[in-house]
Amino acid sequence: MPLSTQSQADDEQYALVASMDNARNLSNILKAITFKDHAIFSATPNGLKVTVEDSKCLQANAFIQAEIFQEFTIKEDLVGFQVNLTVLLDCLNIFGGSTVPGASTALRMCYRGYGYPLTLFLEEGGVVTVCKINTQEPEEPIDFEFCSNNVTNKVILLSESLKEAFSELDMTSEVLQITMSPSQPYFRLSTFGNSGNAHYDYPKDSEMMELFRCTKTQTNSYKMSLLKPSTKALALSCKVSVRTDVRGFLSLQYLVRNDDGQICFVEYYCCPDEEVEEE
Amino acid sequence: CVCVCVYRPVLAKAIHSLSRIGDELYVEPQEDGLALRSVNSSRSAYACFLFAPLFFSRYTVPRGHTFRCKMAIKSVQAVFRSLASLEKTVEKCHIELDEQKNRLTFTLHCKHGLLKTHNLSFQDSESLQAVFDKDSYANVFRSNPRLLVDTVVLFPPSLEEVTVSVNDERMWVRNHVEEEDQSKAMLTELCLAADEFDHFAVQTHNSVTFCLKELRGLLVFAESVGLPISMYFDEPGSPVVLSVTDSVLEGNFVLATLSDDPNNRKNNSRRAHTPPPPPDDFMNDDIDAYLIAMDTSIAPGPSATGPPTTALAASTCSKQPAAANHRTRLHSEEEEEEAGGRGNG
Repeated sequence: MPLSTQSQADDEQYALVASMDNARNLSNILKAITFKDHAIFSATPNGLKVTVEDSKCLQANAFIQAEIFQEFTIKEDLVGFQVNLTVLLDCLNIFGGSTVPGASTALRMCYRGYGYPLTLFLEEGGVVTVCKINTQEPEEPIDFEFCSNNVTNKVILLSESLKEAFSELDMTSEVLQITMSPSQPYFRLSTFGNSGNAHYDYPKDSEMMELFRCTKTQTNSYKMSLLKPSTKALALSCKVSVRTDVRGFLSLQYLVRNDDGQICFVEYYCCPDEEVEEE
Repeated sequence: CVCVCVYRPVLAKAIHSLSRIGDELYVEPQEDGLALRSVNSSRSAYACFLFAPLFFSRYTVPRGHTFRCKMAIKSVQAVFRSLASLEKTVEKCHIELDEQKNRLTFTLHCKHGLLKTHNLSFQDSESLQAVFDKDSYANVFRSNPRLLVDTVVLFPPSLEEVTVSVNDERMWVRNHVEEEDQSKAMLTELCLAADEFDHFAVQTHNSVTFCLKELRGLLVFAESVGLPISMYFDEPGSPVVLSVTDSVLEGNFVLATLSDDPNNRKNNSRRAHTPPPPPDDFMNDDIDAYLIAMDTSIAPGPSATGPPTTALAASTCSKQPAAANHRTRLHSEEEEEEAGGRGNG
């Protein structure tokens, strides 16, 4: 692979080096969280975490484990920086991003450290492109303090069934209301639009419901504009876990299989729109 | 009122077809079935689908009580948005009209236990019913929808109006062009033979001009459900009615026609003087013969050939859904040709 002809000595200067034979394994998952220009990159020996936030109410994270990369070398315990995600995606797709079988863009991502740009070496068909993207001081991602102990309700659904519901959601509704309950209607998505309201009910014994663990009846509303971007993650995923905690915060976790069948995760955290009387 | 049925795509298709006519859907549960209607803003096109009680596995309407409502058709279309996925996933459809709460509820029971409930608000509405008696119309045709679809596709999508003319053996369809534009516009004309239709009964050699756009909704519907289209028309000014029927469903599209068509009058009078065309004209693919025929002033068909005469005044042509019968010179001249005169339609 041409990119690996770079001398070992060069690598000494980089805090982070990550290589991938198929850049699409990174670009596809990043597309699932691109609703804002800027993303916070946090790399640890476990892998790469990319975070995008919106108005302090929504946070999306994409996790790409170290094992997904052909090479993942990190000098410190945590390497963090912020880049323009749109620019990064444009670079990753610099060879056109077409899905011609056999042709894929190889990626080598290098970061020297604080103050240095993020360097991308991209190769396809013997042609190498070098991109240097300016980095910024990483902001501290919000800690939504979502912990398993406080989870009141959890379901895991096959994405197929949710995709249809999300594609039909009434966009004139300001909120998406999610009801989870140990009794009827079990799991319900509701919208309140100009022409009326709509409810999508998933029974707990449906073949689409892989896991159903609801302890308490809860109804929470979330701004539709905040949740809309999550449909990109839903489209890529095969399974999704929906959890709410005692405060009504929502956690959506998507299991995504990449081109090579490897598993990555995308998660969305969202604050409730308003306090709804719990039934 | 409560209707429950095993989901059939025809219900969604009918709604989409009505949306091509007007912006509002009028719903009226009747004893003889559920009526879904729509009308356009200028009241020149009306459509009604009547689903008989047998269409539903359960059909309950309150006795002796008429109730009508209307709502934005876009809201109902949203319930039946993707025809392809509906067909694959919806098993049962439950429609309930709650007068007290002013709510129309569509409940779709889908695969894997998924339940979709749509509660739509509606307004009370006035009665919407076009007055027409298609069975009394002079000219009746029936064909499979493919014939009309293939005819209409030859005209540009932007074309507003078409003129349909018939004699005992043929139907001509051509684009309608205003008098003033005759010399500048491209004229397209298609001729269909009687034997291309399943039923072709002409009592009066008429020409009617109506809006093509609203017709397309019915054509798409009929083709997708595979039902033949019946066409009824009378004199210009009287509406043209297109119907599709099966044992549990009846759809009628009523389109107003131009009431005073000077073009029509001119051609018909000319035609009355010409001998009937030889039967094989147009039937061979002899383009040359056709082109030569077009050049002569005595045309075998009703197409306007030659420069427009200046004698015709621009009379006011207004579309009226049910105009008074307009006796043109055509009728008086051809009366002797017909077995019996025709009464008012």
